Amino acid sequence: MSYVLNTSEDQRAMLAAIGVSSIEELFHKIPPSLRLNRPLQVPPALSEMELTAHLHQLARRNRPAGEAVCFLGGGAYDHFIPAVVDVIAGRSEFYTAYTPYQAEASQGSLQVFFEFQTLICQLTDLDVANASLYEGGSAVAESVLMARSIQPQRRKVLVAASVHPEYRQTLATYTANLDLHIQTLPTPNGFLDPDDLKKAIDHQTLCVVAQHPNFFGCLEEPEALADVAHQTGALFIVSFDPISLGLLKRPGQYRADIAVAEGQCLGNPMSYGGPYLGLLACREEYVRKMPGRLVGQTVDRRGRRCWVLTLQTREQHIRREKATSNICTNQGLMALKATVYLAALGPQGLKETADLCMRKAHYAAARLTQLAGVQLRFNRPFFKEFTLQIEGSVPALLAGLLEKGYHAGLHLGRWYPELQNCFSMAVTEKRTRAEIDGFVSALADQRDGACNGVPTPQVRSEPVEQTIHG
Amino acid sequence: MDPKTLRYTKTHEWAYLEGDLCTVGLTKFAVDQLTDIIYIDLPDVDDPVTAGESFGEIESVKAVSDLYSPVSGDISAVNEKLQTDPTLIASDPYGKGWLIKVKVEKGTTLDHLMTLDQYEKQIASEEH
Repeated sequence: MSYVLNTSEDQRAMLAAIGVSSIEELFHKIPPSLRLNRPLQVPPALSEMELTAHLHQLARRNRPAGEAVCFLGGGAYDHFIPAVVDVIAGRSEFYTAYTPYQAEASQGSLQVFFEFQTLICQLTDLDVANASLYEGGSAVAESVLMARSIQPQRRKVLVAASVHPEYRQTLATYTANLDLHIQTLPTPNGFLDPDDLKKAIDHQTLCVVAQHPNFFGCLEEPEALADVAHQTGALFIVSFDPISLGLLKRPGQYRADIAVAEGQCLGNPMSYGGPYLGLLACREEYVRKMPGRLVGQTVDRRGRRCWVLTLQTREQHIRREKATSNICTNQGLMALKATVYLAALGPQGLKETADLCMRKAHYAAARLTQLAGVQLRFNRPFFKEFTLQIEGSVPALLAGLLEKGYHAGLHLGRWYPELQNCFSMAVTEKRTRAEIDGFVSALADQRDGACNGVPTPQVRSEPVEQTIHG
Repeated sequence: MDPKTLRYTKTHEWAYLEGDLCTVGLTKFAVDQLTDIIYIDLPDVDDPVTAGESFGEIESVKAVSDLYSPVSGDISAVNEKLQTDPTLIASDPYGKGWLIKVKVEKGTTLDHLMTLDQYEKQIASEEH
């Protein structure tokens, strides 16, 4: 937004228009006791050059992912973004954040959203996808609201503790004033055991929510979970990692009813947590209960292919308080980037990306767990993210590694008291072998420094490994 | 079905009681107001319904409206043909376009509903 000047002449004109002579007179109704009665204590104005220098200095205190070696995950991932994504998304014809007003006048945008929906359907192996939601957490919450309108007579929602804790918090906020009972199922072994689900589920359960791969990086058993859910008539909702679908089974293949995701990993930068986009796809029978905008393909009166917003009777401007959701737009620009990204990669490119992530993550995990006192917390298969357990303070270790130029991971103790000495790491296709090896050395140094007070320059070798394995 | 033998709600449903089975549909007036009907959401067999409360929704190109049950009871039949061809509601509202059949308790009457004469007076006032 451009800066709008407000000169003393402008002020005089505005005051004259409303019939008061001064700013003082304008505010005279406000009792003196409520007024500040002194000038604001702000430093003297800087010149433009000084201000620019000051802002640069503040910005330099950040450690962006691009300036450190990034192993952060938990929903936001440092994947490679081909240049074509920003070149196309930056075109002025496309550059708008939301669904445009008079949407059908913007045929180019609608065509992109239609292609986006088609790509998400292909990716998830489900029938319908919407034109995107705000981000991964609200997508989970929206999917539960959707399940509730499909099964209005049921009250119970079962959520695995291995679902992203912030997604679960978002769900709790969305449903706080609804007659719903959200029950979190513990995942002590890093995944939701289908037998545990069987014990908790009943005919009041409207849906089961799991994340696959989950917040710890572990794979769940989605087919078994879907079966248990369906046996009592509950819906199975899965939050998935789009990149993982280059290798893993697709939600439609393991009979998920609704699949949601954080779509940042598809061509969108991490940018301090947003803006991102949420994905939501489902089976066709639930299309009228879907939240968000849907673009359909049709023909105009001359028979030419064109696109329209469709099934709008679900939405607030028509259904009012009975609308399927409060969302009345989409993350247009982010969905555009995701569309270009998926189109640029193609099925083979996605498969190769997923394969690289998996191989590099497994290489990193294997190297790191050779270090004494470092081990995988869960004995589960994983994709690109895994949870390590160490001896000593995790926050101190992560802070030390950041000093050395590594965003090492997420401290899980923030959300799970029982995982105080654990952190999760994500390894994307961008991480090189040299970066991973460098990180292993840095972690070894850091830990030895913390243990002995004496920094040692190298990874411990043979003798330590023998103690681990012997 | 002969509109004269039916009873009506203020919300434009008609009801026809035969023994303990009450057939429910939508009046021609309501159908004309809705214009093109594209979808109808009806309950499942055995679901309970309550007089005056919503049992489903009807969707036209421009609006979605609730359907209100004239009687209380359990759904004994749903017009399945409407799922594939909702236009039956418009083409034959008092016949093939029926919506649900409700099994009511013995002794239930339709005395609380309007006669055709009363209903026609109501819609005449609505049109003004």
